[in-house]
Amino acid sequence: MAAIADTPVLYVRTAPAAKLPPPAAGSGFIGWLRVNLFATPGNAILTLACVALIAWAVPPLIRFLFIDAVWSGPNREVCLASPAHPEPGACWAFVRVWLSYFLYGFYPIAERWRVDVFFAALALGIAWLGSISAPRRDLGAVYFFIVLPVLSFVLLYGLPAIGLAAVPTNLWGGVLVTIVVAAVGIVASLPIGILLALGRRSELPVVRWLAIGFIEFVRGVPLITVLFMASVMLPLFVPQRLEPDKLLRALIGVALFASAYMAEVVRGGLAGVPRGQYEAARALALTYWRMMGLVILPQALQVTLPNIVNTFIGLFKDTTLVFVVGIFDLLRTIEAARGDPKWATPVTAGTGYAFAALFYFIFCYGMSRYARGVEARLSRGGRR
Amino acid sequence: MRAGRIALQALLAVIVGGLIYGAFINAADNLARAHISSGFGFWNNSAGFDISQTLIPYSAGISTFGRAFWVGLLNTLLVAALGVVLATLLGFTIGVARLSRNWLVARLAGGYVELIRNVPLLLQLLFWYNAVLKSLPELRDSIVLPLGGFLNNRGLFLPRPVFAPGFGAVGAALFVGILAAIVLHVWARRRRERTAAPIPVGWWMAALIVGLPLAGFALAGFPVAFEWPQMSRFNVIGGLEILPEFAALVLALSVYTAAFIAEVVRAGILAVAPGQTEAAQALGLRSGATLRLIVVPQAMRVIVPPLTSQYLNLTKNSSLAVAIGYPDLVQVFAGSVLNITGQAVEVIAITMAVYLTISLVTSLLMNLYARMTAIVER
Repeated sequence: MAAIADTPVLYVRTAPAAKLPPPAAGSGFIGWLRVNLFATPGNAILTLACVALIAWAVPPLIRFLFIDAVWSGPNREVCLASPAHPEPGACWAFVRVWLSYFLYGFYPIAERWRVDVFFAALALGIAWLGSISAPRRDLGAVYFFIVLPVLSFVLLYGLPAIGLAAVPTNLWGGVLVTIVVAAVGIVASLPIGILLALGRRSELPVVRWLAIGFIEFVRGVPLITVLFMASVMLPLFVPQRLEPDKLLRALIGVALFASAYMAEVVRGGLAGVPRGQYEAARALALTYWRMMGLVILPQALQVTLPNIVNTFIGLFKDTTLVFVVGIFDLLRTIEAARGDPKWATPVTAGTGYAFAALFYFIFCYGMSRYARGVEARLSRGGRR
Repeated sequence: MRAGRIALQALLAVIVGGLIYGAFINAADNLARAHISSGFGFWNNSAGFDISQTLIPYSAGISTFGRAFWVGLLNTLLVAALGVVLATLLGFTIGVARLSRNWLVARLAGGYVELIRNVPLLLQLLFWYNAVLKSLPELRDSIVLPLGGFLNNRGLFLPRPVFAPGFGAVGAALFVGILAAIVLHVWARRRRERTAAPIPVGWWMAALIVGLPLAGFALAGFPVAFEWPQMSRFNVIGGLEILPEFAALVLALSVYTAAFIAEVVRAGILAVAPGQTEAAQALGLRSGATLRLIVVPQAMRVIVPPLTSQYLNLTKNSSLAVAIGYPDLVQVFAGSVLNITGQAVEVIAITMAVYLTISLVTSLLMNLYARMTAIVER
């Protein structure tokens, strides 16, 4: 005890210490910057490099698309470099003049309302089937997979008996063809894909091997060769009097191709349904098709809906490949219009592609947002 | 029940067989009417058309359709190989960048992925070809690159290295260097496992692989010369010519596939449980070692299968070459050869067989890899 008492006290603070400032990192705008952009010297360099990249790429792009762009005019003269306009931007005047061609192709002007009705009917079907909380989605499925195809065919191709003049498919073009190819691919690939997936998991060897052979064959070759096959070999395989329409051939190729990919997605969904569900359905003495239709498929499709939508996105992008077999989809109409000497300028190609990119991006991004929304909703349900 | 199942399968087999038989009869009938011969006899006939890029000797007058097939196949493989390398480099960079703690880097990488994935590849290909490469300056206003290259709307012209006979020494030195580096690596690992003392041999290995060939190069008296491209009035003569079609295809394929690879890489890294990283840090591993020894090996198991399917997609997508006229397998064989011979069935069958073979071989290798890296559970 004494030893402690004898130790001299070296320092005792008598006044309160000065307050220190709060630690630099943490909250506030500066804190956010410090944590997220300038955490380490290496990070700071990366950030500065990114800023430089954005500064290099974005302003010229905005200048090209908007500030220097030409919005209207009668011909190519307005989009050429001139003393008043040394650096011409996008030639939107070209898109404006050709817009109806990009939308409808050479579809007769008097009949274009039919295309508009088709677009509206398709939008209704997608909204009905796509929103999980919509009423009577079973009716929606009937509408989408039975009523809509018949209605679309009558509307677009025409039925002279009821006063709709026939419009041959070589007049169709642009967005109309893109949407038709995508819609046929979607409407055909889902049922065929489901059948193929069921076939691949079937216990019957002949069914299983036919399904496996078809799926693996189609997935192993590029879409272009499938389209070539459909457009060159299909006419050989049918009797000569049934020479199929050029668009129809491409549609068959796209539908077969999409079905094989859809089959694999559905198979993934089927694999996710627990065995107990099959056993319970069997215990209730349901037949195979009732078990699949009432118990297994509803769950499998619900679970795999995001993947189905992702397949649709791929299909929507792949519709551009019909270009190669001479069908005038949106991209091909842009290529054709680009060659018009009245509008040939150095910026015409870039403008046309920017327009097409915008179109595809809006559709594909919309679909992928939808898929993500469904996914989030499903995982919410599963967590309960 | 059992009889019903057999009857069902027999019925299906009969229907499919009947369809195939009917198609066959119709095809034979249609072909005979159009006076198109069948069989693979055309393979040895003279082709008579020109190809703009040939990796093996080919001339329109002498070479056969069979030769044209090999030219096209090699061009496809060249584009695919180059595309795979570039897409992997870009894709891994962007995939890692998407997970960066740096907000701006992650956002930029995310924007890249969203933009590229939602625009069709064909549109991107046409953009690179028509809007970028074809709007480069004309021949007479060529951009002169350092070291004697030219860039214009007809392509990129670079000096072509011409190897003198002594160059074999460099190759041999490289081989020896790689071999020695492997031996060194194995020795160092064995020793580390025995004594637990780490031996840093990385620099030595690099020195062996780079240094030995360089030394061989110098000793052999620099056996390489360059053939410089010469600008003439109407053309560029000599040198190494890179066609704009080739460049556009490689660019489009690698930029597009990189976006998908980035997503694969991101998913793979996220699939490694965070506890793994924390455990590694608790053991005192530095962040580089954590990544190299703990995260990457586990992530690779998740990454490799979808990565291979992206490589396959890239290879299949290289058939879009036909849209810009790059002489790949589809353009040369399913395009030119089919149009000249008219033998659609044989030509399409061969073309599809090539892609199917590539797919099957790749998936076989893939299954092998999956079996090798599967987690062995007790």
